[in-house]
Amino acid sequence: MASLLEAVDLGLVRGGRDLFQQLSFEVGPGQLVQIEGVNGAGKTSLLRILAGLSRYGFSGRVIRHAPLMYLGHHSAVKGMLTPRENLAWHISGEGSYSPGEIDDALARVGLYGYEDVPSHALSAGQHRRVNLARLYLSRAPLWLLDEPFTAIDKGGVAELEALLVRHATAGNAVILTSHQSLSVSYPVAMLDLLTGLAA
Amino acid sequence: MAPGALAFCSRILRRQLVLALRRPVDIGNPLLFFAMVVALFPLGLGPAPAALAGFAPGILWIIALLANLLTADNLFRGDFEDGSLEQLLLSPQPLYLSVLAYTLAQWLVTGLLLALVSPLFAVMLGLSASAIPVLMFSLLLGSAVLSLVGGIGAALTVGLKRGGMLIALLILPFYMPVLIFGSAAVQAVAGGMDASAHLAILGAMLCFAIALAPLAIGAALRISIDA
Repeated sequence: MASLLEAVDLGLVRGGRDLFQQLSFEVGPGQLVQIEGVNGAGKTSLLRILAGLSRYGFSGRVIRHAPLMYLGHHSAVKGMLTPRENLAWHISGEGSYSPGEIDDALARVGLYGYEDVPSHALSAGQHRRVNLARLYLSRAPLWLLDEPFTAIDKGGVAELEALLVRHATAGNAVILTSHQSLSVSYPVAMLDLLTGLAA
Repeated sequence: MAPGALAFCSRILRRQLVLALRRPVDIGNPLLFFAMVVALFPLGLGPAPAALAGFAPGILWIIALLANLLTADNLFRGDFEDGSLEQLLLSPQPLYLSVLAYTLAQWLVTGLLLALVSPLFAVMLGLSASAIPVLMFSLLLGSAVLSLVGGIGAALTVGLKRGGMLIALLILPFYMPVLIFGSAAVQAVAGGMDASAHLAILGAMLCFAIALAPLAIGAALRISIDA
């Protein structure tokens, strides 16, 4: 089983405190990994390190074997653009999507009928949903999701969970942070920042 | 399929231009600023046409430089605040070209427009008509350099809540050579001499800035996003 991402001896020091040390793990196809930890434990920092966005205070090595998609705290949705434009001109440079694919993805996140509304007229939850629509378009095998359930309603959470399971089942991997436990009938590996990946 | 590098650049260019056109105030303000500062000089220096015409090349160039400085801070700020910049840095596309597309989009709605309307202001200050084509051309070349250098300052300060004053202190020294050769070109023509040497140096500065500034901007963005 080829791994999609390897982390070797990760350590992180922030503000003079060791957040974690000698954290090593491997994430392979089919894995659904949830990062555990209290507020301030360094979950977001770890995700940013895994994505390659952050190096400050960091030691160790991250080896990425596959393209990844990272969804952070900020939705990266432009208020002056419509949801359709936001996806078509997305700055991640990941893919070129046909208008049909984009409309389909927006319909799946419940934004049917909102395709051409300026995004600043949408609610916070709808903003998140525009961002989540990228998951339906993504062809990246590895997803790094920071609190993907924030501001999403119950139905949306269930759909998102199903999507994550489908992604993992198809031989890809998901690493996410979340304060709520996933209610999925799929093995979720828990990654503790102090003790590492539980089997 | 990830788009090709050039397709991605044209996507960024289009995105930035649409964003700019949906906020026409941001495009109009630098032009209005230009007009108002031009109007200040006859009030401050006295309305003697000969004196104003003598100072006109320097005045026009300094205002263009300040107008550019005012807009530099906005280049990456919005995208930093809403998380778009993280996505850009993670993209599999060459950052050099993406950053170049950003600056090109910004130049099209600031420097280019400023250069195009500059004849109007030149006439207000009584600059001789023969110097106007060189004024426009020098502003076209020079403002592109200013946008690229300003991009470095914008990328370095984008992580700070209030980067305004710092960005001015950081990049004004690098604006100076552009000002020197830009206004000298216009002065030369107004004095009946040839400006091609000055314009050639401005062109060389532009080549230099296109080659190196995107690298500096990319590196600065990585630092800013890490903080």
